[in-house]
Amino acid sequence: MSDATQQAMPPKAKQGLFQQLELDVRLLGMIGAFALLCIGFSIFTDGRFISPRNLFNLTIQTVSVAIMATGMVFVIVTRNIDLSVGGLLAVCSALMAMTQTELMPHVLGLGFNHPMTWAIAIVVGLAAGTLIGGVQGWLVGYQGIPAFIVTLGGFLIWRNLGWLATDGQTIAPLDGNFLNLGGVNGTMGEAWSWTIGIVAAAVALWAIWSARRARIRHGFPAKPIWAEVTVMALVAGSILGFVWVLNSYHIPSRRLQRMFEARGEVMPEGLEVGYGLPISVLILIAVAIVMTLIARRTRLGRYIFATGGNPDAAELSGINTRLLTVKVFAIMGFLCGLSAVVASARLASHTNDIGTLDELRVIAAAVIGGTALSGGAGTIYGAILGALVMQSLQSGMAMVGVDAPLQNVVVGSVLVAAVWIDIQYRKRLGTS
Amino acid sequence: MQTAKELRASDQPPLVALNNISIAFGGIKAVDDVSVDLYPGEVVGLLGHNGAGKSTLIKVLSGAYQKDAGEILINGKPVEIHNPRDARANNIETIYQTLALADNLDAASNLFLGRELVTPFGLVDDSAMEAECRKIMGRLNPNFQKFSEPVSALSGGQRQSVAIARAVYFNARILIMDEPTAALGPHETQMVADLIHQLKAQGIGIFLIDHDVHAVMELCDRASVMKNGKLVGTVDIADVTDDDLLSMIILGKTPGSAEEAPS
Repeated sequence: MSDATQQAMPPKAKQGLFQQLELDVRLLGMIGAFALLCIGFSIFTDGRFISPRNLFNLTIQTVSVAIMATGMVFVIVTRNIDLSVGGLLAVCSALMAMTQTELMPHVLGLGFNHPMTWAIAIVVGLAAGTLIGGVQGWLVGYQGIPAFIVTLGGFLIWRNLGWLATDGQTIAPLDGNFLNLGGVNGTMGEAWSWTIGIVAAAVALWAIWSARRARIRHGFPAKPIWAEVTVMALVAGSILGFVWVLNSYHIPSRRLQRMFEARGEVMPEGLEVGYGLPISVLILIAVAIVMTLIARRTRLGRYIFATGGNPDAAELSGINTRLLTVKVFAIMGFLCGLSAVVASARLASHTNDIGTLDELRVIAAAVIGGTALSGGAGTIYGAILGALVMQSLQSGMAMVGVDAPLQNVVVGSVLVAAVWIDIQYRKRLGTS
Repeated sequence: MQTAKELRASDQPPLVALNNISIAFGGIKAVDDVSVDLYPGEVVGLLGHNGAGKSTLIKVLSGAYQKDAGEILINGKPVEIHNPRDARANNIETIYQTLALADNLDAASNLFLGRELVTPFGLVDDSAMEAECRKIMGRLNPNFQKFSEPVSALSGGQRQSVAIARAVYFNARILIMDEPTAALGPHETQMVADLIHQLKAQGIGIFLIDHDVHAVMELCDRASVMKNGKLVGTVDIADVTDDDLLSMIILGKTPGSAEEAPS
């Protein structure tokens, strides 16, 4: 008990800038890595990499893996692994495609593009994902089969059950409303995007400020006011900057013309319309908020992290760690179902190989984002940024013209290097 | 208030009675037909070699293990304890040898683990928990300041005070301490001893598992000695010497002057 005896902790002058801002060093590292990738690829592509068009595409390509990566954080934090997410995505996609093209139009006789089809398909996909995830969690938690084995089996089982269900056929076209959830087909437009961005920025600022007031009310140390204001400015700036980029990608005029023609109108001369926020990105943002809330502000999240940190302690504290495992895998399954919605809507079809190798991308995203395989540590935003970094690396190399085999060599090396850096960082911090 | 000894002489049922408890692991009887009891405001030491079965016996009470035979009475009423949640529901709190802390969480999260304070919306109320944590730590260990760091960053004594705070905060009536001073320095050991006296004065019954005969002689009212899963005997500390206890532990013999173990 040799710690300082002063009651309040006065801010020490010697503290670094980042410490006073209380920004996560790992978060800064990831943003730095992303910025380096953007700069590097921009130089090699004459700026095409950071064009609004590419950033828009990058965003919608990241969504599916990022959604699953948030669930993988919980799985890995509880010292488990899920190798079946790609297969789970495929079987959910297959069931949803069957719902749209077989069940609704033929079995129920409601015809194609019935207004209820997209909603029912999504319910089917999410329910299937949650159920399968829950069953896998039960096998791990209550039957004691290692998660590696259960989900390695699932890796083979689920994709091929989907294959059997669809007779191996590619299923297209999907329901028209359903396609809105995929990305480029369903965007909010400029005005709505700005509205959403401004509201989101306001909510974020209010949340930061009320957290500060709560700390002061309880008499806990709070960071200096200038640091708080700087963080608030950074947050608001990032949200609005993101909206600005997505609004800057204009719908190609030929496509816009077709849209007007479809409505029987004539396109005004010289009209420019931005895409704005894709609905799939809004889904990802909602997932990120809910998952972060679960991680930080609910008992479930607290128990997930406690179990990862010390399973025996969690058990002795009266936490039902078996049921917790079922819940964690069920959440993972639910998110696989949600990713299947986004992925199949983006591709406008269901194919047998949808989501192939996604398990590796998802695990890599979570791990690059700072989720420790030893359990107990990880963040939702880290996993999403990890997914973004992986996707930028992959599509940037494709733009530059790196050969496909070499792309995989680089991605694999980056994964190993990222984990090595993470280990060194934790060593320096003195935590396991 | 009556002393524990007077309570024992009266007809009042004990706070806890573990009667004829047996538990076996793979054919080996770790605990074989052992009976111990505990009265309010009393400290009962459980002594024995490593592997004598004392920790196993007490884990039956704390809900970590399931007994194969025997019964648990609390205030004379039989209770079933299937898991740590049942134990907590009966106001039984345990401080484990291994401390049972989640290293990656801060002190407040560990203090309230499994029993978080929540806001009206059902979300965990970190500010309220940190405030409560600061209050109780101010009482137990006023030097404690590391409220926002994970407990992996704390010293052995600081970790022990978190573990003790957790047992004390929730108004335990029955406290189980499994070698609470094993990892501590002399100063911190004294802190734990003071705390035990304080809790005893509040009428809490304490089972103290320890290797150290001197600590037991100093802190306990009675001692139950186990050897090879069986109870050697239960003695009044006032009636025995260090050597008597040692010979019970090593030779498994009860001193002639002491009361015989209840059958």
